[in-house]
Amino acid sequence: MKEYEKTGVIGLDELRIPSEKHIKKGVAVSECIQEIPCNPCVDVCPVNAISMETINSPPVVDYDRCTGCAQCVAVCPGLAIFVVKKGDDGALITIPYEFLPVPEKGEVVKALDREGNEVDTAVVRRVITKKDNTCLITVEVKKDLVMVVRNIRVMK
Amino acid sequence: MRIDRHPILHFEKKKEIYFRYNGQKIKAFEGETIASALHAADIKILSHSIKYHRPRGFFCGIGKCSSCLMRVNGVPNVRSCITPVESGMTVESDRQQLPSIDFPDGRKEDIKTDILIAGAGPAGISAAIEAGKQGKSVLLVDENPSMGGQLIKQTHKFFGSRKERAGTRGIKIAEELEDEAKKLSDVKILLETSVLGYYGNNKGHMLGAANKMKNVLYRITAKKVIFACGAQEDMISFPGNDLPGVYGAGGVQTLMNVYGIKPGNKVLMVGAGNVGIIVSYQLLQAGVDVDRVVEALPKIGGYSVHAAKLRRNGVPIYTSHSIKEVYGDGKVEGAIIARLDDKWNFVEGSEEDVKCDTVCLAVGLTPSARLLFQAGVKRDYVPEAGGHVAIHNGEMETSVGGIYVAGDSSGIEEASTAMLEGRIAGLSASMSLNHTKNGKEESVMKEYIRTLDEMRKGPFGIKAREAKRKILQEALNEGI
Repeated sequence: MKEYEKTGVIGLDELRIPSEKHIKKGVAVSECIQEIPCNPCVDVCPVNAISMETINSPPVVDYDRCTGCAQCVAVCPGLAIFVVKKGDDGALITIPYEFLPVPEKGEVVKALDREGNEVDTAVVRRVITKKDNTCLITVEVKKDLVMVVRNIRVMK
Repeated sequence: MRIDRHPILHFEKKKEIYFRYNGQKIKAFEGETIASALHAADIKILSHSIKYHRPRGFFCGIGKCSSCLMRVNGVPNVRSCITPVESGMTVESDRQQLPSIDFPDGRKEDIKTDILIAGAGPAGISAAIEAGKQGKSVLLVDENPSMGGQLIKQTHKFFGSRKERAGTRGIKIAEELEDEAKKLSDVKILLETSVLGYYGNNKGHMLGAANKMKNVLYRITAKKVIFACGAQEDMISFPGNDLPGVYGAGGVQTLMNVYGIKPGNKVLMVGAGNVGIIVSYQLLQAGVDVDRVVEALPKIGGYSVHAAKLRRNGVPIYTSHSIKEVYGDGKVEGAIIARLDDKWNFVEGSEEDVKCDTVCLAVGLTPSARLLFQAGVKRDYVPEAGGHVAIHNGEMETSVGGIYVAGDSSGIEEASTAMLEGRIAGLSASMSLNHTKNGKEESVMKEYIRTLDEMRKGPFGIKAREAKRKILQEALNEGI
């Protein structure tokens, strides 16, 4: 039995971590690792960077092709895709968010890891609200937290 | 207890109305059910058990469990969870008794139709659309006040492929299906009407149905019948499991996502299958605190992506843990949970007291198939299908010619497979009414069956595959 099947928390060893070069460019990281019959991410990708052997296979992101546009983040029914991008100072993470209140651009929020623990604060850099009410929130965190932070909590 | 703002749903302000509950004036909003209006007014005891007079509350929220029976406008045993509240209504608890056999001011109506469909959930509506498109007269009957079955509370996005509306929320799929069915002139819809029984085949299948509050009795004669009656939530045994505040997870989903009412302030969720973890996440979205999820199995049964959503919001999942008892004076005040060893016994000393006002049970579903059994179809116990089910062939026909089944009542699965089974049942019932064979319909049927097989592939489809393999094998043995 895999650890995540017991805890619900996906470990980094289960993921295909992008290289430093790819993280600098900005790419989508899929945390969908089980064989479930689902493929909207493949259909939505404008550059055909996401592939699947069959509809039951987990998606594979071609980090060379991926442009980090986040369309897959918005469409994924499991809210399991994130866009990560490292800059010179901090790192940007785009998170699918379905709670209220929706933070505003520039707001400081709590940065949470995969277990909901507060690991630091983050600054909201971009908020996109989709037609179906899923929000894409891009936050800036410290560089070393780029594969750690996966959720936010509004402080006010 | 009402949800003011919700990240996904918009609850329109409806007209304020008043009704009487045991003489007390209660505020409600038009369109909600009696039980939800009472819950919003913090009245959680709806009746008492007949023999020991134990308090009874809401449980399933969809008219299946009979835990919410009340006397309404003098009519006994009304399921308050599916009966819309009306201005000036008189609602009484604790007056359980058999109704009179008189039928005063009652209206009787005869309906003849090509195809009767019992149940307007994803399977039933899909069957109606398919049959309606073939030009067959369809009567679609459901006992709930609205169409869509359980889709109307599914705020999460569906999995699957684009063709099966993947990436779309269940609530949106319900709207789309309803619109599509209503556009078909041959599809007639009867809501708040229960199919009561099957009365044999004499120049057509004869069934009875009734609208209890409107006092209408229908005699329906149909050439073909499709039962798409869904499923009901399971209960597990532990002391205190009948206390008001112990609710089915699906019942809670109805209360909060359809009627905008919180079930309580703090919830203990029992069961980490997809239903348990999805409803836990939706409770958080509704502003309700979820203390934890306990799961008796050593591993989480639902998709890891759903579990991950819950975990990153700080809700722990305790595998190999279960509920030992619920305590409280007339309502839930807390629960004792404990660890299970590998022989399913509670580990002494591992007990923990969880303070909560709501316990949600997400411990499985049982197919609603009683009407099918009453009609005399060949049945079998198939554990992978969730219990006793009707044996049916690949085109969803049962051992009684002209009677079909689709969706959860043919074996517990997903809404996406229910929609396909509904399409297959609707098409196959229609094709059997046609005098000439049409190659196009046969190729459509093949494509539906192929897609259905595809959706059951993969490790999460194993139970459904096994259930359907057994059912189809037996159908073959029986020559169905």
